[in-house]
Amino acid sequence: MMITKLSRNFRMLSTGAALSLLMMTAPSAFAETPKDTLVEGFAIDDIITMDPGEAFELSTAEITSNSYSLLVRLDMDDTSKVKGDLADSWSVSDDGLTYTFKLKSGMKFASGNPITAEDVAWSFERAVKLDKSPAFILTQFGLTGDNVTEKAKAADAGTFVFTVDKAYAPSFVLNCLTATVASVVDKKLVMDHVKAVTPDAEHKYDNDFGNEWLKTGYAGSGAFKLREWRANEVVVLERNDNYYGDKAKLNRVIYRYMKESSAQRLALEAGDIDIARNLEPGDIDAVSKNADLATTSAPKGTIYYVSLNNKNENLKKPEVQEAFKYLVDYDAIGATLIKGIGEIHQTFLPKGQLGALDENPYKLDVAKAKELLAKAGVPDGFSITMDVRNSQPVTGIAESMQQTLAQAGVKMEIIPGDGKQTLTKYRARTHDMYIGQWGSDYFDPNSNADTFTGNPDNSDAGTVKTLAWRNTWEAPELDKEAKAALLERDAAKRAAIYQDIQKKYLANSPFVFIFQQTEVAGYRKNLKDFKLGPSFDTNFVGPIAKE
Amino acid sequence: MSTVETTSEARPRKGRARAFAKALGRFLFAAVTTYLGLLAVTFFIGRVVPIDPVLAILGDRAPNHVVERVRQEMGFNLPLYQQFFIYIKGILSGDFGNSVLTTNPVMVDIRRVLPATIELATLGTLIGAFVGVPLGVLAAVRRGSIADQVVRVVGLVGYSVPIFWLALISLVIFYAQLRWVAFPGRIDIVFEYTFTPITGLYLLDSAWQGQWDVFYDVFRHIILPASLLGYFSLAYISRMTRSFMLNELSQEYIVAARAKGLSETRVIWGHALRNAAVPLVTVIALSYAGLLEGSVLTETVFSWPGIGLYITNSLQNADMNAVLGGTIVIGTVFIGINLLSDLLYRTLDPRTRNR
Repeated sequence: MMITKLSRNFRMLSTGAALSLLMMTAPSAFAETPKDTLVEGFAIDDIITMDPGEAFELSTAEITSNSYSLLVRLDMDDTSKVKGDLADSWSVSDDGLTYTFKLKSGMKFASGNPITAEDVAWSFERAVKLDKSPAFILTQFGLTGDNVTEKAKAADAGTFVFTVDKAYAPSFVLNCLTATVASVVDKKLVMDHVKAVTPDAEHKYDNDFGNEWLKTGYAGSGAFKLREWRANEVVVLERNDNYYGDKAKLNRVIYRYMKESSAQRLALEAGDIDIARNLEPGDIDAVSKNADLATTSAPKGTIYYVSLNNKNENLKKPEVQEAFKYLVDYDAIGATLIKGIGEIHQTFLPKGQLGALDENPYKLDVAKAKELLAKAGVPDGFSITMDVRNSQPVTGIAESMQQTLAQAGVKMEIIPGDGKQTLTKYRARTHDMYIGQWGSDYFDPNSNADTFTGNPDNSDAGTVKTLAWRNTWEAPELDKEAKAALLERDAAKRAAIYQDIQKKYLANSPFVFIFQQTEVAGYRKNLKDFKLGPSFDTNFVGPIAKE
Repeated sequence: MSTVETTSEARPRKGRARAFAKALGRFLFAAVTTYLGLLAVTFFIGRVVPIDPVLAILGDRAPNHVVERVRQEMGFNLPLYQQFFIYIKGILSGDFGNSVLTTNPVMVDIRRVLPATIELATLGTLIGAFVGVPLGVLAAVRRGSIADQVVRVVGLVGYSVPIFWLALISLVIFYAQLRWVAFPGRIDIVFEYTFTPITGLYLLDSAWQGQWDVFYDVFRHIILPASLLGYFSLAYISRMTRSFMLNELSQEYIVAARAKGLSETRVIWGHALRNAAVPLVTVIALSYAGLLEGSVLTETVFSWPGIGLYITNSLQNADMNAVLGGTIVIGTVFIGINLLSDLLYRTLDPRTRNR
């Protein structure tokens, strides 16, 4: 009897459980994303601020370029050129020092305020005086807090005049102005939100130029306006109806923070997101086989490389450096680990930039490498460590190199770590080998040429900490050549100099370049006109529509 | 005679109060030392991990002169002990600093994310208790039977299988394949801008406002993670219920009750379970505290925007103010629930009062 009573209770309990399960299944017609809204799954965990004068992260650049305007932008049809955005036309003075921009007329910010040359001038002044991470892109033209109001100023409401300190190649100056730090902010709106601060040695001005407010606020004029950013959760953009260009087709764009490739794929298949941005090769395969989904790709300016620290006595030898270039199985890596997300590329300028050299002379050649190691006095190899961040494809590439290096007697130990952990060690130059990725700071060959060759002070206390510095390597001749390229005003001649530097670099440098990233996205087929751009800040959402 | 009687009655009462005060004092001392330990350990671990906190403030691509400048500004060049004292001084004045990631004061962030965790853990515990207690009773009453074995196996699985693994598997089954539950997260984006929460507990808020479509959506988001957490607390609760019940069922008063001719239902649910309920309260409370702090992995897998996810994200970004703030809040909740369950235990079971 006791048993029957208990069973009855138990039966009621299980019935309850079954009922609640039923309740969950009832509406199996799954809610899709709204028709007027685009939802992207994207690893946006690098975002730390939305202020265009401060932001320097890859995801932020994409958001900024969709929500702010620039004087000039990269020309999508030929990325070695620029075209006007706010600027209608521009001219360079004969001495190469003064750039005069004429603005288009009748433009407005999202707030409704008119866009004038005064806003452009103040945006430059603000970025220079704030002096945050990306400010060097402007200050390298000789701008300082003291002279910026003179060197970047409005001649009248529709004319902006920019004066540089040397007769740089115009392609260099204009490319730098396409960087997000040169975004134009709404002076009037930002001024309403500036916070008073007490000047000190670090910050000589009595206000914060609206930095605190703009970290999460918005004062732009792009196709979309920023509605909200919640760290590691979501970025919400809304259409800017005051936009002077082609109006965005959708009302709202939502970037949802999703880190994992598999989670993005699940959500894409279920229709909970429209675009998956961080798919790994296996998931790309699955997506491309699904009839409701499609993939698209574009080469990006990001280069993956392995660097050898010259503090290590063995890695310092040029023969060893060359031997390592023969000890990478490029073919296998290209066919498996980076299939669909990158292509083998062995020089420091990414395809698409002015002067990029498309030569991949190295192949896996153990015999040749052994010869070089013998010449270097280490015929039996040696032991070495490599710092590797815990993410694909770098982990896979490191493991592949571990095997190929072993074939020549080099024992490589992998030290895995979190991205910030490996980077901390790399910046302190206490590594042996490091596998890294490098994206140009601005879409001009100087960005990479400078960091891979420049190293004016190789001491630990050196202040210009380029990638060459991080690997304790000096190449004064190459650096000189790169500096000269900056003043070459003929674009074709300038390109030739960079090609020459890359050729010399291939033969002799402690950097083993492996591949250039191809960005891939999976999307639902009801999307129209979705394209990835050639750089991280050219993935525009304005033209996208939904069927 | 009469005086003796009064004193003999008064004495235990006074003694009881003294014992209680002593217990409370002991508890407070333990709480304070636990706190200090928690602070010190988290702070120093946070500072010795080989991650540069300046990278968290500036991002990976900041040029080096800016990195150096900020390091000076933030005082990271000071000796560790000085940084610790500065930090403690801040906490004592109620300032946990700003989160680097969200730019908000840490306490503002925590106030925002805590309700999500509370809602999830509460529902998880409710599921665990409402299923676990009857299961435990069943196993005890039918000791050695197949039902008992099944309950034990269910409990064992709950104990031994890593929660994130089970979470991923259940996501694949219930979300990707069956489509029974919603996409990871707390609420659908459709409602994100039409629904204004009051307490931060979305189930409660949506029901209160009569927004049943929102309620249903929130339910479809919470049910899977809550069931998983419930399963894990169920494993513990059912096992403890079983052993408490076995203990009670072997007592003489049960034999007496049966001899009096009481129905089995009354004997089991009315007498035995009622007595077993006293230690069970502690078990359930502890399991609740455990879910609050242990939901880190579940929250990560289900993108549940609670304090667990907040701490995980902050840790990955070396956002130490946020990590420390979050840890302290969880520690406080844990210590608080411990105290409450202890007091409840004392109130419910008179035998423990003089201990």
